[in-house]
Amino acid sequence: MLIKHKKRIFLLMPALFFLVVCIFLFKGLFKDPHRLVSTRIGKTVPEFTLPDLFQPSKLHHSSIFKGQKMLLNVWATWCATCYAEHNFLNKMANSDIYIVGMSYKDDRTKAIRWLKDLKNPYKITLFDKDGMVGMDLGVYGAPETFFIDSKGVIRYRQVGDISPQIWREKLSEIYKKME
Amino acid sequence: MQKLKCFLSSFALLTLCFYLPLASAAIDTFQFDNKAQDQLFHHLTKILRCPKCQNQNIADSNASLAKDLRNKTYELVKKGQSKDQIVAYMVERYGNFIRYDPPMTPATIFLWIGPLLVILIGFYMLFELTRKQKNQDLALDDTEMNRLKTLLKENVGK
Repeated sequence: MLIKHKKRIFLLMPALFFLVVCIFLFKGLFKDPHRLVSTRIGKTVPEFTLPDLFQPSKLHHSSIFKGQKMLLNVWATWCATCYAEHNFLNKMANSDIYIVGMSYKDDRTKAIRWLKDLKNPYKITLFDKDGMVGMDLGVYGAPETFFIDSKGVIRYRQVGDISPQIWREKLSEIYKKME
Repeated sequence: MQKLKCFLSSFALLTLCFYLPLASAAIDTFQFDNKAQDQLFHHLTKILRCPKCQNQNIADSNASLAKDLRNKTYELVKKGQSKDQIVAYMVERYGNFIRYDPPMTPATIFLWIGPLLVILIGFYMLFELTRKQKNQDLALDDTEMNRLKTLLKENVGK
């Protein structure tokens, strides 16, 4: 009796193995390989000094990310998704969310015109012309939005746009939890 | 006349299609102090993966981010940094995704152990099978012996 039982398990092994592989591959179908997890989560914003978008002579240091929780939105005029996102950023700014903008690998005149035409949701707009601060942050496209707490620690990174739906379902929770 | 015009304009379009990619594919030129730096740079741009474009290394990719990463790699090589230092610099920013040669971590350990496990299980099954065959009772009982004898006799008789 015991031997028979053993044999049955033995014969079931390939089927079990097949099932495990199936689950593994099935999960892969719903994973977006374009979304990378930021290596900067749990760390403070890397040190930088960047000029202001509107006043080239005015310099901002990375210490601006302290004192209150805020979002850092990386955007560019060459990025269509940023255009789609902009309206909602304005709405968030109106409901008292502190957003810092970073113009990423862009043309200064075009960026200024964009903010004049579409309204400016940013309290401060940094100008990262060559994308080197972006590289330090691990930015690999636009838009990207970093959630930074009052101590200057990065808590989350959103790759792609913030739509009202994603905000409602996921991001607002993360924002609320931050100190 | 209409036909000729149509032909000429489509021909022009077609030739344009062939020449446009050539015009836009810019080639970076990098100058190095010595041969070793040159080799290190080319090796690094081959083993670093472009985070934007999934399955191209930063040497092959035309993405603007790949270009930035090539420039950064060049800058670090010129500064005299070693291969490990430069790879660490990139991993710090973009994670292990940027490496084509992943390090051994709890998430990737199966890549090393997996094949070993399959081989071990195979050997175990082989061992079990041969053991079972050996244990089988091969001796014939009396009736079987008699039958064998008659069969043999019949064959010899022929």
